[in-house]
Amino acid sequence: MTKFRLTIAFLIVSCLMSTQGRSQQNDLLSLLPDNKPQKEHVTNAFKSTRVISGHSMEFLGPGVLDFRILHRFGPVNTGVQNLYGFDEAKMRIGLDYGIARNLMVGFGRSTLGKELDGFIKFRPVWQSRGPGSFPFSIVIVTSITLDPTKAPPVDTLKFQFYTSRLAFYNALIIGRKFSERFSLQLTPEMVHRNLVDSVLQSNDVYALGIGARFKISKRVAFVVDYHHILYGLKPGTYADPLSIGFDIETGGHVFQLHFSNSQGMNERALLLQTTDKWSNGAIRFGFNLSRVFTISKPKHTMKN
Amino acid sequence: MKRTSLSIILLIVFVNLFAQAKYFTKSGKIYFNASAKLEKVEATTRSAIAVVDSKTGKLQFAVMLKGFEFEKSLMQEHFNENYVESDKYPKSEFTGQIINNSEINYTKDGNYDAKVKGTITLHGVTKDVVASGKLSVKEGKLGLNAVFDILLSDFKIDIPGLVRENISNDTKITIECLMEPLKG
Repeated sequence: MTKFRLTIAFLIVSCLMSTQGRSQQNDLLSLLPDNKPQKEHVTNAFKSTRVISGHSMEFLGPGVLDFRILHRFGPVNTGVQNLYGFDEAKMRIGLDYGIARNLMVGFGRSTLGKELDGFIKFRPVWQSRGPGSFPFSIVIVTSITLDPTKAPPVDTLKFQFYTSRLAFYNALIIGRKFSERFSLQLTPEMVHRNLVDSVLQSNDVYALGIGARFKISKRVAFVVDYHHILYGLKPGTYADPLSIGFDIETGGHVFQLHFSNSQGMNERALLLQTTDKWSNGAIRFGFNLSRVFTISKPKHTMKN
Repeated sequence: MKRTSLSIILLIVFVNLFAQAKYFTKSGKIYFNASAKLEKVEATTRSAIAVVDSKTGKLQFAVMLKGFEFEKSLMQEHFNENYVESDKYPKSEFTGQIINNSEINYTKDGNYDAKVKGTITLHGVTKDVVASGKLSVKEGKLGLNAVFDILLSDFKIDIPGLVRENISNDTKITIECLMEPLKG
Protein backbone atom coordinates (compact mmCIF):
# COMPACT_ATOMS: atom_id res chain seq x y z
CA MET A 1 0.00 0.00 0.00
CA THR A 2 2.67 2.48 1.06
CA LYS A 3 4.96 1.38 -1.77
CA PHE A 4 2.15 1.99 -4.23
CA ARG A 5 1.42 5.42 -2.80
CA LEU A 6 5.08 6.30 -2.87
CA THR A 7 5.40 5.32 -6.52
CA ILE A 8 2.40 7.45 -7.44
CA ALA A 9 3.67 10.37 -5.42
CA PHE A 10 7.06 10.02 -7.09
CA LEU A 11 5.47 9.96 -10.56
CA ILE A 12 3.39 13.09 -9.90
CA VAL A 13 6.26 14.99 -8.39
CA SER A 14 8.63 14.11 -11.23
CA CYS A 15 6.04 15.24 -13.77
CA LEU A 16 5.54 18.53 -12.03
CA MET A 17 9.24 19.05 -11.54
CA SER A 18 10.12 18.44 -15.16
CA THR A 19 7.40 20.84 -16.24
CA GLN A 20 8.92 23.48 -14.01
CA GLY A 21 12.41 22.81 -15.29
CA ARG A 22 11.45 22.98 -18.95
CA SER A 23 9.44 26.15 -18.84
CA GLN A 24 12.42 27.84 -17.25
CA GLN A 25 14.71 27.08 -20.16
CA ASN A 26 15.19 30.31 -22.05
CA ASP A 27 16.86 29.18 -25.18
CA LEU A 28 14.90 26.49 -26.95
CA LEU A 29 17.32 26.45 -29.85
CA SER A 30 20.06 25.11 -27.60
CA LEU A 31 18.02 21.92 -27.14
CA LEU A 32 18.49 20.98 -30.76
CA PRO A 33 21.38 18.75 -31.80
CA ASP A 34 24.07 21.00 -33.19
CA ASN A 35 24.59 21.39 -36.91
CA LYS A 36 28.10 20.55 -37.96
CA PRO A 37 29.90 23.66 -39.26
CA GLN A 38 29.94 23.63 -43.03
CA LYS A 39 32.60 24.48 -45.58
CA GLU A 40 31.93 27.92 -46.97
CA HIS A 41 33.41 29.30 -50.20
CA VAL A 42 34.73 32.84 -50.16
CA THR A 43 33.03 35.19 -52.58
CA ASN A 44 33.53 38.71 -53.80
CA ALA A 45 37.29 39.01 -53.55
CA PHE A 46 37.02 41.42 -56.48
CA LYS A 47 33.87 43.17 -57.64
CA SER A 48 34.35 42.08 -61.23
CA THR A 49 35.83 39.25 -63.28
CA ARG A 50 38.66 41.61 -64.26
CA VAL A 51 40.97 43.45 -61.89
CA ILE A 52 41.14 46.29 -64.40
CA SER A 53 42.45 44.86 -67.65
CA GLY A 54 43.78 41.55 -66.41
CA HIS A 55 41.62 38.69 -65.19
CA SER A 56 40.67 38.48 -61.54
CA MET A 57 39.99 35.36 -59.50
CA GLU A 58 36.24 36.04 -59.58
CA PHE A 59 33.69 34.28 -61.74
CA LEU A 60 30.23 35.00 -63.05
CA GLY A 61 27.39 32.97 -61.61
CA PRO A 62 26.10 30.10 -63.75
CA GLY A 63 23.67 31.27 -66.40
CA VAL A 64 24.81 34.87 -66.13
CA LEU A 65 25.80 36.93 -69.16
CA ASP A 66 28.10 39.92 -68.73
CA PHE A 67 28.11 42.61 -71.36
CA ARG A 68 31.38 44.52 -71.16
CA ILE A 69 32.51 47.71 -72.80
CA LEU A 70 36.04 48.90 -72.22
CA HIS A 71 37.37 52.28 -73.25
CA ARG A 72 40.95 53.45 -73.25
CA PHE A 73 41.71 57.00 -74.23
CA GLY A 74 44.89 58.66 -75.46
CA PRO A 75 47.75 59.79 -73.24
CA VAL A 76 46.95 62.67 -70.90
CA ASN A 77 50.25 64.35 -71.69
CA THR A 78 49.25 65.08 -75.29
CA GLY A 79 47.84 68.38 -74.15
CA VAL A 80 44.65 70.29 -74.52
CA GLN A 81 44.68 70.05 -78.34
CA ASN A 82 44.04 66.38 -77.95
CA LEU A 83 41.64 67.11 -75.11
CA TYR A 84 44.18 65.36 -72.87
CA GLY A 85 43.73 62.12 -74.69
CA PHE A 86 39.97 62.04 -74.97
CA ASP A 87 40.15 62.56 -78.71
CA GLU A 88 41.68 59.15 -79.20
CA ALA A 89 39.61 56.34 -77.90
CA LYS A 90 40.03 52.65 -78.33
CA MET A 91 37.41 50.30 -77.10
CA ARG A 92 36.64 46.64 -76.66
CA ILE A 93 33.17 45.23 -76.70
CA GLY A 94 32.69 41.75 -75.32
CA LEU A 95 30.43 39.18 -73.78
CA ASP A 96 31.30 36.89 -70.92
CA TYR A 97 29.16 33.96 -69.86
CA GLY A 98 29.18 31.84 -66.73
CA ILE A 99 28.70 28.18 -67.57
CA ALA A 100 29.11 26.77 -64.09
CA ARG A 101 30.22 28.13 -60.74
CA ASN A 102 33.84 27.46 -61.63
CA LEU A 103 33.80 27.79 -65.41
CA MET A 104 33.27 30.77 -67.62
CA VAL A 105 33.97 31.82 -71.18
CA GLY A 106 34.11 35.10 -73.03
CA PHE A 107 34.93 36.70 -76.32
CA GLY A 108 35.36 40.20 -77.59
CA ARG A 109 36.71 42.52 -80.21
CA SER A 110 38.99 45.48 -79.70
CA THR A 111 39.17 48.45 -82.02
CA LEU A 112 42.88 48.50 -81.14
CA GLY A 113 44.24 46.50 -84.03
CA LYS A 114 40.73 45.19 -84.69
CA GLU A 115 41.75 42.20 -82.65
CA LEU A 116 39.40 39.38 -81.71
CA ASP A 117 39.88 37.47 -78.50
CA GLY A 118 38.27 34.60 -76.68
CA PHE A 119 39.01 32.93 -73.38
CA ILE A 120 38.10 30.10 -71.07
CA LYS A 121 38.53 30.47 -67.34
CA PHE A 122 38.41 27.58 -64.91
CA ARG A 123 38.76 27.39 -61.15
CA PRO A 124 40.01 24.04 -59.86
CA VAL A 125 40.41 25.32 -56.30
CA TRP A 126 38.13 27.80 -54.55
CA GLN A 127 39.18 29.61 -51.39
CA SER A 128 37.03 28.41 -48.53
CA ARG A 129 36.47 28.67 -44.78
CA GLY A 130 35.30 26.08 -42.30
CA PRO A 131 36.15 22.38 -42.28
CA GLY A 132 38.35 21.38 -45.22
CA SER A 133 39.18 25.02 -45.89
CA PHE A 134 41.79 26.21 -48.35
CA PRO A 135 43.49 29.61 -48.14
CA PHE A 136 43.69 30.42 -51.86
CA SER A 137 41.73 30.27 -55.03
CA ILE A 138 43.55 28.86 -58.03
CA VAL A 139 42.24 29.90 -61.42
CA ILE A 140 43.43 28.93 -64.89
CA VAL A 141 42.90 31.29 -67.81
CA THR A 142 43.63 30.47 -71.40
CA SER A 143 42.88 32.75 -74.30
CA ILE A 144 43.49 33.14 -77.99
CA THR A 145 43.77 36.42 -79.86
CA LEU A 146 43.54 36.89 -83.59
CA ASP A 147 44.63 39.87 -85.59
CA PRO A 148 42.26 39.66 -88.55
CA THR A 149 44.14 42.08 -90.77
CA LYS A 150 45.68 40.19 -93.64
CA ALA A 151 49.07 41.45 -94.61
CA PRO A 152 49.31 43.13 -98.05
CA PRO A 153 49.80 40.54 -100.81
CA VAL A 154 53.34 41.80 -101.43
CA ASP A 155 54.47 40.12 -98.22
CA THR A 156 55.75 36.60 -98.03
CA LEU A 157 53.40 33.65 -98.22
CA LYS A 158 53.49 32.89 -94.53
CA PHE A 159 51.53 36.04 -93.69
CA GLN A 160 48.57 34.67 -95.59
CA PHE A 161 47.97 32.02 -92.94
CA TYR A 162 45.63 33.27 -90.25
CA THR A 163 47.57 31.14 -87.80
CA SER A 164 50.47 33.55 -88.20
CA ARG A 165 48.38 36.17 -86.57
CA LEU A 166 47.34 34.11 -83.57
CA ALA A 167 48.64 34.52 -80.08
CA PHE A 168 47.95 32.37 -77.05
CA TYR A 169 47.77 33.55 -73.49
CA ASN A 170 47.94 31.29 -70.47
CA ALA A 171 47.82 32.27 -66.87
CA LEU A 172 47.56 30.76 -63.44
CA ILE A 173 45.93 33.08 -60.93
CA ILE A 174 46.61 32.44 -57.27
CA GLY A 175 44.48 34.73 -55.20
CA ARG A 176 43.24 35.25 -51.69
CA LYS A 177 40.62 37.43 -50.11
CA PHE A 178 42.43 38.41 -46.94
CA SER A 179 39.57 40.36 -45.44
CA GLU A 180 36.41 42.19 -46.42
CA ARG A 181 38.61 45.12 -47.31
CA PHE A 182 41.65 43.54 -48.97
CA SER A 183 42.24 40.97 -51.68
CA LEU A 184 45.45 40.10 -53.48
CA GLN A 185 46.28 37.85 -56.39
CA LEU A 186 49.47 36.80 -58.17
CA THR A 187 49.38 35.72 -61.79
CA PRO A 188 52.31 33.97 -63.43
CA GLU A 189 51.43 34.29 -67.10
CA MET A 190 52.80 33.88 -70.56
CA VAL A 191 51.96 34.84 -74.15
CA HIS A 192 52.99 32.81 -77.16
CA ARG A 193 52.95 34.51 -80.50
CA ASN A 194 52.90 32.18 -83.47
CA LEU A 195 54.88 34.55 -85.61
CA VAL A 196 57.11 37.41 -84.56
CA ASP A 197 58.53 40.18 -86.69
CA SER A 198 62.16 39.22 -86.46
CA VAL A 199 64.23 36.18 -85.67
CA LEU A 200 65.79 38.15 -82.81
CA GLN A 201 62.46 38.34 -81.01
CA SER A 202 61.17 35.63 -78.70
CA ASN A 203 57.86 33.97 -79.50
CA ASP A 204 57.22 33.51 -75.79
CA VAL A 205 56.90 36.29 -73.26
CA TYR A 206 56.66 35.55 -69.54
CA ALA A 207 55.28 37.91 -66.95
CA LEU A 208 54.03 38.10 -63.40
CA GLY A 209 50.82 39.93 -62.70
CA ILE A 210 49.83 41.42 -59.37
CA GLY A 211 46.26 42.48 -58.68
CA ALA A 212 45.02 44.04 -55.48
CA ARG A 213 41.75 45.43 -54.22
CA PHE A 214 41.19 47.72 -51.28
CA LYS A 215 37.52 48.14 -50.44
CA ILE A 216 36.76 51.68 -49.39
CA SER A 217 33.03 51.45 -48.82
CA LYS A 218 30.25 48.97 -49.48
CA ARG A 219 30.12 49.88 -53.13
CA VAL A 220 33.46 51.51 -53.93
CA ALA A 221 36.86 49.83 -54.13
CA PHE A 222 40.36 50.92 -55.11
CA VAL A 223 42.15 48.51 -57.48
CA VAL A 224 45.65 48.08 -58.81
CA ASP A 225 46.52 45.92 -61.81
CA TYR A 226 50.25 45.56 -62.48
CA HIS A 227 52.10 43.17 -64.75
CA HIS A 228 55.86 42.81 -64.70
CA ILE A 229 57.47 41.40 -67.84
CA LEU A 230 60.04 38.83 -66.80
CA TYR A 231 61.38 37.55 -70.10
CA GLY A 232 60.79 37.77 -73.80
CA LEU A 233 60.74 41.46 -74.67
CA LYS A 234 63.79 43.56 -75.36
CA PRO A 235 64.40 46.07 -72.54
CA GLY A 236 63.81 49.62 -73.63
CA THR A 237 61.21 48.65 -76.19
CA TYR A 238 58.37 48.19 -73.77
CA ALA A 239 56.95 49.27 -70.43
CA ASP A 240 55.25 47.23 -67.72
CA PRO A 241 51.53 47.91 -67.79
CA LEU A 242 50.27 49.45 -64.58
CA SER A 243 46.64 50.43 -64.06
CA ILE A 244 45.17 52.10 -60.99
CA GLY A 245 41.54 52.89 -60.50
CA PHE A 246 38.21 52.69 -58.72
CA ASP A 247 35.37 50.21 -58.97
CA ILE A 248 31.93 51.67 -58.39
CA GLU A 249 29.01 49.33 -58.10
CA THR A 250 25.38 50.31 -58.57
CA GLY A 251 22.62 47.73 -58.90
CA GLY A 252 23.44 45.57 -61.94
CA HIS A 253 26.37 47.66 -63.20
CA VAL A 254 30.00 47.88 -62.20
CA PHE A 255 31.92 50.93 -63.39
CA GLN A 256 35.68 50.76 -63.29
CA LEU A 257 37.38 54.12 -63.75
CA HIS A 258 41.14 54.09 -64.01
CA PHE A 259 44.40 55.46 -65.25
CA SER A 260 46.83 53.25 -67.09
CA ASN A 261 49.90 53.42 -69.28
CA SER A 262 48.53 50.67 -71.48
CA GLN A 263 45.88 50.83 -74.14
CA GLY A 264 45.62 47.07 -74.44
CA MET A 265 42.28 45.60 -73.52
CA ASN A 266 42.90 41.94 -74.08
CA GLU A 267 45.54 39.85 -72.40
CA ARG A 268 48.01 39.91 -75.27
CA ALA A 269 47.81 43.59 -76.09
CA LEU A 270 48.07 44.51 -72.44
CA LEU A 271 51.35 42.68 -71.98
CA LEU A 272 53.01 43.13 -75.36
CA GLN A 273 51.84 46.46 -76.67
CA THR A 274 52.55 48.81 -73.83
CA THR A 275 55.18 51.41 -74.58
CA ASP A 276 54.10 54.49 -72.62
CA LYS A 277 55.55 55.17 -69.21
CA TRP A 278 53.98 56.52 -66.03
CA SER A 279 57.15 58.50 -65.43
CA ASN A 280 56.50 60.49 -68.63
CA GLY A 281 52.98 61.26 -67.62
CA ALA A 282 51.88 59.21 -70.62
CA ILE A 283 49.00 57.76 -68.71
CA ARG A 284 45.57 57.26 -70.15
CA PHE A 285 42.18 57.55 -68.60
CA GLY A 286 39.92 54.59 -69.25
CA PHE A 287 36.78 52.96 -68.00
CA ASN A 288 35.18 49.54 -67.97
CA LEU A 289 31.42 49.16 -67.97
CA SER A 290 29.90 45.87 -67.02
CA ARG A 291 26.24 44.93 -67.04
CA VAL A 292 25.06 41.48 -66.01
CA PHE A 293 21.96 39.71 -67.23
CA THR A 294 20.59 36.49 -65.83
CA ILE A 295 20.02 34.27 -68.84
CA SER A 296 19.15 30.98 -67.25
CA LYS A 297 17.79 30.90 -63.76
CA PRO A 298 19.48 28.31 -61.62
CA LYS A 299 17.15 25.56 -60.43
CA HIS A 300 18.62 24.85 -57.04
CA THR A 301 20.75 27.89 -56.56
CA MET A 302 24.08 28.70 -55.14
CA LYS A 303 24.69 26.82 -51.96
CA ASN A 304 27.79 28.16 -50.37
CA MET B 1 -10.80 2.75 -5.60
CA LYS B 2 -7.19 1.94 -6.22
CA ARG B 3 -7.89 1.31 -9.88
CA THR B 4 -9.76 4.61 -10.41
CA SER B 5 -7.16 6.65 -8.60
CA LEU B 6 -4.39 4.90 -10.55
CA SER B 7 -6.10 5.59 -13.87
CA ILE B 8 -6.71 9.23 -12.88
CA ILE B 9 -3.08 9.63 -11.94
CA LEU B 10 -1.88 7.94 -15.14
CA LEU B 11 -4.18 10.25 -17.11
CA ILE B 12 -2.62 13.27 -15.41
CA VAL B 13 0.83 11.92 -16.21
CA PHE B 14 0.03 11.28 -19.85
CA VAL B 15 -1.69 14.63 -20.41
CA ASN B 16 1.30 16.31 -18.84
CA LEU B 17 3.68 14.41 -21.07
CA PHE B 18 1.85 15.52 -24.18
CA ALA B 19 1.52 19.09 -23.03
CA GLN B 20 5.24 19.30 -22.36
CA ALA B 21 6.11 18.41 -25.95
CA LYS B 22 8.43 20.64 -27.91
CA TYR B 23 8.23 20.73 -31.68
CA PHE B 24 11.04 21.58 -34.04
CA THR B 25 12.18 21.61 -37.63
CA LYS B 26 15.48 22.22 -39.37
CA SER B 27 13.99 22.59 -42.82
CA GLY B 28 11.56 25.43 -42.29
CA LYS B 29 10.83 27.59 -45.29
CA ILE B 30 11.21 31.33 -45.06
CA TYR B 31 10.38 33.56 -48.00
CA PHE B 32 10.86 37.29 -48.09
CA ASN B 33 9.71 39.87 -50.56
CA ALA B 34 11.15 43.36 -50.84
CA SER B 35 10.01 44.04 -54.41
CA ALA B 36 9.36 47.57 -55.56
CA LYS B 37 7.98 49.15 -58.70
CA LEU B 38 10.98 48.44 -60.93
CA GLU B 39 12.28 45.14 -59.71
CA LYS B 40 11.31 41.82 -58.19
CA VAL B 41 13.34 41.24 -55.05
CA GLU B 42 12.51 37.97 -53.37
CA ALA B 43 14.29 34.94 -51.97
CA THR B 44 13.61 31.67 -50.20
CA THR B 45 15.49 29.52 -47.76
CA ARG B 46 14.54 25.97 -46.91
CA SER B 47 16.87 25.47 -43.99
CA ALA B 48 15.39 27.61 -41.25
CA ILE B 49 15.36 26.20 -37.73
CA ALA B 50 12.21 26.58 -35.67
CA VAL B 51 11.38 25.41 -32.16
CA VAL B 52 8.16 25.82 -30.23
CA ASP B 53 7.36 24.83 -26.68
CA SER B 54 3.70 23.90 -26.70
CA LYS B 55 3.44 24.19 -22.92
CA THR B 56 4.51 27.81 -22.70
CA GLY B 57 3.96 28.97 -26.26
CA LYS B 58 7.58 30.05 -26.52
CA LEU B 59 8.69 30.22 -30.13
CA GLN B 60 12.12 30.60 -31.69
CA PHE B 61 13.39 30.76 -35.25
CA ALA B 62 16.94 30.96 -36.53
CA VAL B 63 18.09 31.26 -40.11
CA MET B 64 21.49 31.53 -41.80
CA LEU B 65 21.29 34.50 -44.18
CA LYS B 66 23.61 32.85 -46.67
CA GLY B 67 20.92 30.20 -47.11
CA PHE B 68 18.61 32.59 -48.97
CA GLU B 69 18.46 31.69 -52.65
CA PHE B 70 17.69 34.29 -55.27
CA GLU B 71 16.96 33.84 -58.95
CA LYS B 72 19.69 36.31 -59.87
CA SER B 73 23.09 35.45 -58.51
CA LEU B 74 24.20 39.08 -58.57
CA MET B 75 21.20 39.99 -56.41
CA GLN B 76 22.20 37.25 -53.98
CA GLU B 77 25.74 38.62 -53.92
CA HIS B 78 24.54 42.15 -53.21
CA PHE B 79 22.13 40.89 -50.55
CA ASN B 80 24.99 39.22 -48.70
CA GLU B 81 27.74 41.79 -49.33
CA ASN B 82 26.00 45.15 -49.26
CA TYR B 83 22.66 44.78 -47.50
CA VAL B 84 22.59 42.21 -44.71
CA GLU B 85 26.41 41.88 -44.57
CA SER B 86 26.18 38.20 -43.83
CA ASP B 87 29.91 37.85 -43.20
CA LYS B 88 29.49 40.12 -40.19
CA TYR B 89 26.03 38.97 -39.12
CA PRO B 90 25.56 35.43 -40.42
CA LYS B 91 22.36 34.63 -38.50
CA SER B 92 18.96 36.17 -38.07
CA GLU B 93 16.75 35.11 -35.14
CA PHE B 94 13.27 35.52 -33.83
CA THR B 95 12.47 34.93 -30.16
CA GLY B 96 8.97 35.29 -28.93
CA GLN B 97 5.72 34.00 -27.65
CA ILE B 98 2.44 32.74 -29.02
CA ILE B 99 0.25 35.11 -27.03
CA ASN B 100 -2.88 33.02 -27.26
CA ASN B 101 -1.15 29.71 -26.53
CA SER B 102 -3.79 28.69 -24.03
CA GLU B 103 -6.40 28.69 -26.81
CA ILE B 104 -4.44 26.10 -28.77
CA ASN B 105 -5.01 22.44 -28.13
CA TYR B 106 -1.88 20.68 -29.32
CA THR B 107 -3.39 17.27 -28.79
CA LYS B 108 -6.39 17.81 -31.01
CA ASP B 109 -6.08 17.95 -34.80
CA GLY B 110 -7.24 21.25 -36.23
CA ASN B 111 -6.35 24.73 -37.34
CA TYR B 112 -5.83 27.51 -34.85
CA ASP B 113 -5.20 31.22 -35.26
CA ALA B 114 -2.01 32.28 -33.54
CA LYS B 115 -0.93 35.73 -32.48
CA VAL B 116 2.81 35.99 -32.14
CA LYS B 117 4.82 38.65 -30.37
CA GLY B 118 8.56 38.85 -29.91
CA THR B 119 11.83 40.29 -31.18
CA ILE B 120 13.68 39.87 -34.47
CA THR B 121 17.46 40.19 -34.59
CA LEU B 122 18.78 41.05 -38.03
CA HIS B 123 21.95 42.85 -39.15
CA GLY B 124 22.97 43.26 -35.53
CA VAL B 125 19.77 45.07 -34.52
CA THR B 126 17.00 43.66 -32.32
CA LYS B 127 13.49 44.97 -32.72
CA ASP B 128 10.02 44.16 -31.37
CA VAL B 129 7.58 42.62 -33.80
CA VAL B 130 4.06 41.26 -33.86
CA ALA B 131 2.67 38.83 -36.35
CA SER B 132 -0.36 36.76 -37.04
CA GLY B 133 -0.28 33.19 -38.14
CA LYS B 134 -1.93 29.84 -38.27
CA LEU B 135 -1.04 26.72 -36.36
CA SER B 136 -2.26 23.41 -37.64
CA VAL B 137 -2.08 20.23 -35.60
CA LYS B 138 -2.21 17.05 -37.61
CA GLU B 139 -1.18 13.55 -36.63
CA GLY B 140 1.22 14.74 -33.95
CA LYS B 141 2.94 17.22 -36.29
CA LEU B 142 2.69 20.96 -35.99
CA GLY B 143 2.41 23.25 -38.97
CA LEU B 144 3.12 26.92 -38.52
CA ASN B 145 2.42 29.67 -41.05
CA ALA B 146 3.18 33.24 -40.12
CA VAL B 147 3.71 36.57 -41.82
CA PHE B 148 5.92 39.36 -40.48
CA ASP B 149 6.10 42.89 -41.82
CA ILE B 150 9.33 44.71 -41.17
CA LEU B 151 11.07 47.87 -42.27
CA LEU B 152 14.63 47.28 -43.44
CA SER B 153 15.64 50.71 -42.16
CA ASP B 154 14.75 49.59 -38.63
CA PHE B 155 17.63 47.14 -38.90
CA LYS B 156 20.12 49.67 -40.27
CA ILE B 157 19.84 48.14 -43.75
CA ASP B 158 20.15 51.17 -46.01
CA ILE B 159 18.73 51.31 -49.48
CA PRO B 160 20.67 53.80 -51.61
CA GLY B 161 18.65 56.45 -53.40
CA LEU B 162 19.49 55.04 -56.85
CA VAL B 163 17.68 51.79 -56.16
CA ARG B 164 14.79 53.07 -54.10
CA GLU B 165 12.36 52.15 -56.88
CA ASN B 166 13.91 48.70 -57.10
CA ILE B 167 14.03 47.64 -53.47
CA SER B 168 11.24 48.24 -51.03
CA ASN B 169 11.99 49.24 -47.45
CA ASP B 170 8.78 47.52 -46.44
CA THR B 171 9.57 43.83 -46.44
CA LYS B 172 7.22 40.93 -45.96
CA ILE B 173 8.59 37.74 -44.43
CA THR B 174 6.54 34.56 -44.76
CA ILE B 175 7.31 31.53 -42.64
CA GLU B 176 6.12 28.02 -43.38
CA CYS B 177 7.24 25.21 -41.10
CA LEU B 178 6.21 21.67 -40.46
CA MET B 179 7.46 20.76 -37.02
CA GLU B 180 7.88 17.38 -35.39
CA PRO B 181 8.02 16.55 -31.72
CA LEU B 182 11.44 16.95 -30.16
CA LYS B 183 12.45 13.88 -28.26
CA GLY B 184 14.21 14.24 -24.95
